[in-house]
This record gives sequence, C-alpha cells and structure tokens, in this order.
Amino acid sequence: MHDHQPSSVDVLIASDRVPANAHPERLTEAAIWDLLDRVKDPEVPVVSVVELGIVRGLSWDGKHLQVDVTPTYSGCPATELIEELIAEAMRAAGIRDPQINRVLTPAWTTDWITPEGRDKLRAFGIAPPQGSASKMSLLGADEIVACPRCNSEHTERLSEFGSTACKALYRCRDCLEPFDYFKCI
Amino acid sequence: MSDQHALQEYLLRLADSAMILGQRLSELVGKAPALEEELASTNVALDLIGQARNWYEYAAELLDDGRDADQLVFLRDAHEYRNLLLVEQPNEDYAFTIARQFFYDVWHYHTLTRLVDASDDRIAGIAAKAVKEATYHLRRSSEWVRRMGDGTDESHRRIQDAFDVLWRFTGELVTADDIDQAMFKAGIGPDPEQLKQDWHNTVREVATQATLTTGAEDAWMYLGGKRGEHTEHLGHILAVMQFLPRAYPDATTW
Repeated sequence: MHDHQPSSVDVLIASDRVPANAHPERLTEAAIWDLLDRVKDPEVPVVSVVELGIVRGLSWDGKHLQVDVTPTYSGCPATELIEELIAEAMRAAGIRDPQINRVLTPAWTTDWITPEGRDKLRAFGIAPPQGSASKMSLLGADEIVACPRCNSEHTERLSEFGSTACKALYRCRDCLEPFDYFKCI
Repeated sequence: MSDQHALQEYLLRLADSAMILGQRLSELVGKAPALEEELASTNVALDLIGQARNWYEYAAELLDDGRDADQLVFLRDAHEYRNLLLVEQPNEDYAFTIARQFFYDVWHYHTLTRLVDASDDRIAGIAAKAVKEATYHLRRSSEWVRRMGDGTDESHRRIQDAFDVLWRFTGELVTADDIDQAMFKAGIGPDPEQLKQDWHNTVREVATQATLTTGAEDAWMYLGGKRGEHTEHLGHILAVMQFLPRAYPDATTW
C-alpha cells in the first residue's frame, strides 16, 4: 500500500512550484519590481519599499532570487520586519527561498525616495524631505518645511525627532496642525 | 600586538561606547523632562544601538570564537568592556545628559568623518551610514548646550556644572594609546593629533556661543575605559542590561 508514485496532486504542486525558480523568465524583473512595490513600509504604510528607495537591486543567482535591501537608519527597528515582508511577498508569488541581503553601502539617502513616494507622504500628512541631502541640511540652517495640510511655509520645528528616527516634529503656524517631517539625510 | 588584534579592540571600543550610551539614554524612557526630549533621547539611543550592532557584527566575525553580537553585549563583564568612561556616567539632571551627549557627539562626529575614508571597506560603509546620524545628533546637542548656557541663570549654572564635572572624562576621547596609533597607521582611524585639535575647536566654538567655560586641555584626566578599567557605574548598567539574557539564556524573544 506504500506507493511511492507521486499522486496527481503532488505532481500539480511540484510543477506549479519548481518553474518559478527554475525558469526565472516566468517572472520578469519588472514583474518582481511590481510585487515589491506592493510591499508597504510598516511604519509609513502609504509608501512602498520601492518608493522609499530601500530596495537596491534584484538578481537571480542560479535558482535563488537575491534582493538587496538597505536600512534607512542604523537602528531602524523595522529592518527585520521589512526583510521578512519582502521575503513573504516573494514566496507568495511562488519564488522559493528568496535571499534578502542587507547592504549598508552606499548609505541610504532621502534623495532615493521617488516623486510618487513624496506625493503619497504629503497626502498622508507627512512633509517629505526638502530638496537634496547635503551636509548643510544635516548640520545646518533650518530648511523651510511646507505644511502638508495647508501648504503654508509658516511652520516651526518642535523637536529634532518625531515618532520615528526618520522624522522630526513640526507645527504649522497658520493651520496650527502639528505634523511629522521626513528628515533629509 | 598584531594589526588584527588592534582592529578587534578598536571595533569593540566603537561598539561598546555606542551601546553603553544607548543604554544610558534608554533609561530616560518615561522620565525625560518633556515628551519631545524623550522621543529625541530614545531615537538617538536607537541610532547608537543600531550602529553598535553593525560594529559588533564585524567584531564578532573577526574574533571568530563562536560569539555573536548579542553574546558580546550580554555576556561580557565590565572589565571586558572597552567603552569611554564618559558614556557610562549617570544621567543626573538634563544638563548632565546633554553635556555628556555633546562631548561624545563632537568626538563621534570627528571620528566617523575620518572612518568614512578608512582603508577597510566594511568600516567605511558602517561609518558612512553612522556619520549622517551622528551629524544630526551633534546639531541637536549643540543647540541644547547653547540654549542652556545662554539661557536663564539656573540653566547656565547647571550646564556649567555639568561641563566642569564631566570634563575630567573628556581627555580619554582624545588621548591616543597604542591601539589608536596602530589604527591611524593602518589607514583606518583618525590622526590622533588632528582629532584632538578638532574636538577642542568644536567644543570651544559652541561653548563660547553658549557663554560657558571649558576646562584646561592639560587638566588631570581619568583614563582607562578603553582598556577595561571602569568607574563604579558600568557594573550597575550591565546588571540592568544583562539580567534578562543571563537569567533566561534560552529566551529568544522578550
């Protein structure tokens, strides 16, 4: 009774699973980027990991998909969760054993947030980083941060740090709403 | 002393200083003087602990004795810690917390600025990320030093007191020993003379704006943290920080 012939169900499952890795052309890189674009940042759930600019590269290494991901901050507590969410999305698409690599170089900069990502942040009530990351903006002179609600530039910084390491706390002097500003680094 | 040994020690110094200051700042959770400052202190702590992890992971690979980053943090005793004495000093009032942070941030910023160009790619990569965070930390602590120093009589008195008491621990930041010298010669660490000059210049510049006085460069200084000789405070920090993983070594989540 111990028949080692695979049942038809096993065959179906096996044939369903293997090709995703064995024939990477079944999922083009563009298709994988699309999948990744559906993985949201757990702390700022309106932007995807692609829009945030933290997915740095995709490649097939033999049978394994390699996804290079860079953390926003050295101590970002969402780093492991984001890596797990990405791996999960890849597995759900039939890609077996995706390898998620944490890369530190080059260091993430807010310059990598896409224009769509910036619009979504603003619509969510978070002022996107202003201009380009430079030493001046890190050390320096206060940037003019527009209120994401009423667009007024009449705003003030309440604190260098907001609800997460990547944000600062501001307040609009016109509409009086406090808001988060995605710091420029 | 081999270069490999010097590099391991140097990495542990960077890691331990960031880790212990991160732990100190974490003590402010729930009792910072203002909500914004609690957020700021704990976010700085988060940056530092994240950086520490990057240094520890590299140190663990080089040590190659089976210990990982967690074990280096939770299973070493005080004499094995290589952090600067400054960062283990207690929080005291907020002027102390800020003065300690400021002295460290100035050192951290100038050190990382050099490490970005280190001949070791791994170090350069970790530093390139960390220097952005450290720059922001320095901006914040400088602002607070100016605000307190050039503020009310009370705030001025307190931050001046903190400068005076903590000054004795700052010599260690800019006094190079054989490991610092070896790292400089290997094209990794900063030029000790340059670091000393940069640190004093930045500290004096901000202190002057803040109407504060600093101690003498040749004042008597406590040294020893980098060799594992610590003040009485480190053991207490480790007791709090290490209790759980030592009591429940099999726990993987807490």
